[in-house]
Amino acid sequence: MSEKLLSAKLEEALSYSKADQTEVMAFNYQSNLTRFAGNTIHQNMSETNNQLLVKAIVDKKIGVYSANSMDSKTIKEAVEKAYQIAASSVAKEDFVSLPEPNSIQKVERFFQNTADFLPEERAEEVAKLISKAKRNNLQAAGAYQTGWVTLGVANSLGLLSVQSQTEGSVNTVITSYTSSGFASARNVDVSKIDIEDIAGIAINKALSSQNPIEVEAGHYDVILEPQAVAEMIGILAYCGLGSQETQEGRSFMSTNIGKQIADRSVSLLDDALNPKMTGFSFDFEGVAKQKVCFIDKGMAKNVVYDTFSANKEGKKSTGHALPPASKHGPMPLNLILKPGQKTYDDLIRETKKAVLVTRFHYTNIEDPVQTIFTGMTRDGTFLIENGKITKSLKNMRFTQSILGALSNTIGITNKQQLVEGMGGSYLCPAIAVKNFNFSSLTKF
Amino acid sequence: MKLLTDTALNAAEVKGATYADIRIINSQSQSLAIKNGQVEDITAGKSSGFGVRVILNGSWGFASSNKLDENEIERVATLACDIATASSKLKIKDIELSTAPKIEADYISPVITDPFRISIEDKIAHLQKAESLIRKNKAIKVSTAHMGFYKTNKTFASTQGSYINQEIIESGAGIDAIAVRDGMVQNRSYPNSHSGNFATRGYEFIESLELEANAQRIAEEAEALLTADVCPTMDTDIILSGNQLALQIHESLGHPAELDRVLGMETSYAGTSFLTLDKLGKYRYGSDKVNIYADATIPGALGSFGYDDEGVPAQSFDLVKEGILVDYLTSRETAPVIGKDSNGTMRADGWQNLPLVRMTNISLKPGDYSLEELIADTKEGVLLDTNKSWSIDDKRLNFQFATEIGWLIKNGKKVKMLRDCNYHGITPVFWNNLDAICGQEEWIVWGVPNCGKGEPSQIAHVGHGASPARFMNVKVGVKP
Repeated sequence: MSEKLLSAKLEEALSYSKADQTEVMAFNYQSNLTRFAGNTIHQNMSETNNQLLVKAIVDKKIGVYSANSMDSKTIKEAVEKAYQIAASSVAKEDFVSLPEPNSIQKVERFFQNTADFLPEERAEEVAKLISKAKRNNLQAAGAYQTGWVTLGVANSLGLLSVQSQTEGSVNTVITSYTSSGFASARNVDVSKIDIEDIAGIAINKALSSQNPIEVEAGHYDVILEPQAVAEMIGILAYCGLGSQETQEGRSFMSTNIGKQIADRSVSLLDDALNPKMTGFSFDFEGVAKQKVCFIDKGMAKNVVYDTFSANKEGKKSTGHALPPASKHGPMPLNLILKPGQKTYDDLIRETKKAVLVTRFHYTNIEDPVQTIFTGMTRDGTFLIENGKITKSLKNMRFTQSILGALSNTIGITNKQQLVEGMGGSYLCPAIAVKNFNFSSLTKF
Repeated sequence: MKLLTDTALNAAEVKGATYADIRIINSQSQSLAIKNGQVEDITAGKSSGFGVRVILNGSWGFASSNKLDENEIERVATLACDIATASSKLKIKDIELSTAPKIEADYISPVITDPFRISIEDKIAHLQKAESLIRKNKAIKVSTAHMGFYKTNKTFASTQGSYINQEIIESGAGIDAIAVRDGMVQNRSYPNSHSGNFATRGYEFIESLELEANAQRIAEEAEALLTADVCPTMDTDIILSGNQLALQIHESLGHPAELDRVLGMETSYAGTSFLTLDKLGKYRYGSDKVNIYADATIPGALGSFGYDDEGVPAQSFDLVKEGILVDYLTSRETAPVIGKDSNGTMRADGWQNLPLVRMTNISLKPGDYSLEELIADTKEGVLLDTNKSWSIDDKRLNFQFATEIGWLIKNGKKVKMLRDCNYHGITPVFWNNLDAICGQEEWIVWGVPNCGKGEPSQIAHVGHGASPARFMNVKVGVKP
């Protein structure tokens, strides 16, 4: 569906509403995904769908109704149902208003070649990767995804924000009998994804991590590669970089704004407009996403807001609302950890003894205020000794404070990688951290 | 409806598919939440669409669409065939399905009161009563009460002649209290954390949960946790509450027993399984008290249904018998690998996703203790209640779970409350240390409505029957 047609659907929905205020969010998308495992394609699919969400406000009472069609009958029904729900509800006294119209910066993130990418083309790309794995007597698993989405938000105050974007992504885990290696890439233009490069990285990791050894649990210096960094800061974002958690006193940011919470080399921000990013330039209320700095040279600075939480503090939304039915509150989806000065090779070379982590697995927060999280290493864990990668290690469990790790950061690479984040894409460098707590070892 | 399903199956066969099925789904949902005395959310919605799955040239293809008309069904069926053709370029061997009976049947969840017939006003009033009792406690910074309802009408048809209609209704609710003081945050939930408890039952299930009766208690416990001692680091016996044990079963037996994981089909995302094929029928997974079974026929349990998304009837079978691994959760594609027919566990998240091997109701058979007796029988240990955080490795061996609350047990008595509790273990070591299980009186099927798997990510609704149980010599109080 074109941006123009989606805009017309949004306007049509608003025209039916008799609520005090009305917000309509809609998206139309196609998602195509080829999954492979054991050097063959085992799942291969295409999904075409719409989503329409109408939020009606009647005397501060709020109702939301969703449907997955955008014909006039469904649109009208959704608007009426949202009104009926609102009328049946109880006033949300803290509600002030939907957002006012604002100016959205256009970003070019729609590539026709990516929208039109065919199943045969995905199979051809996957075949290159599998072929390379086979030549090394390895097994390839992973997913190659392409798709497009047009998102639009309009409200009865005159706000209208619409944008189309495409995205391609690939992830792979290459395995031998005793090891595995991970690599991934994502881009709004699928032609920028170099499958041979991805295959090469994952194969090298799988080959070099064969026959891993155990090391004792305990505190080690670590080098975390970009995907591991993303998983760590994603947990941080989920449990404390939004205004809702902060206002409720449940965030590490609640009492730390203006204080040093990380090493001076650490600066963390959200910037959806960064040219390397994927994602929309406005949030699910249609508000332009602002660049927000959470940690500046180690000092806690800001959190993100949606309109509801911003009004509570007499502030403006930063453009980080999640969809209407979300209970989580605002959240950053385009995190950037600023690069440092060192090359990746520098980090390795300058390390006397450390654990190199490709990525984490199944991370979860145990204490959101102390930012304690746990999880496992996965798909390429190595020992670095005297500036060289010397051994492959069996995976280990960590139990670690995230702010502790950011305070103990001793090196950051000058290159970032666009990787999968929590609900979006993150730009992350690799980082070196001292004294990271591996709480248990594995013998498998 | 039959015209639409025939259109898909005919189009697929004309394109050369040797097998095809279609699922047409119309679903409704509703969620309500009260937070800190205000209505936080009332959202309702509907979704409809269809998915066509084909085998062509010995490979799978799947396509779906929200537009339910004959032309679109024909287009999507053709697209599914094109996708299968693309898949076949990397084929190693042809897909072969286990046999399945041709079935023409209907199934409806055993619901007394359709939750969609209860007014929003009544539901809000129900939630407000419970939430206001939590909020009376001044230490509570965030009080919530929430409900959710789903109604799914699903038609399945296949080229093997099956035609099945199912209506599955799900209801659930819960309450949460978060106490905050001096930078410390403690929370308690009832009847379970994360989403409460769910079942394939009607509004009568919500009324049976007794949210109001438990509101004040969880508020008091959340407040008390602010000044409770931290769980010490030690190796000790632990008693897991039924709702925590449900998650333990889910993560350490449910997922690793999925045969698609065992065969490497989830390698790149959620991982594989330590329960490799060579272990079937002989591996000592747990102590001889460990009897774990899958049962999709438990009336009203969240993981119950009539037929899976391949048209295979819901079944009950052992997974671990007297501690030995005896079976896996299977599909028509995976079951032949172990020389069996599917045991009916393939389910998809909506019309738009491929069915995957999913848990149904994976339960630990009860023992004969009461919880009181179990505590009295424990010289030294910790009682751990209600999950706070979960993590397990990609083979499902190394786990660490945190709970909302703990109680130190000494000489058969709960002597004090503990905060910031977690425990760590290695799956088979842990289950081999199970030495006592509570009885049927305390056995509850816990509904887990948020089980993630697959790419694109799918959420399944599953169940776990469990009563409290004791495990010996477990590490608790893991610190950063």
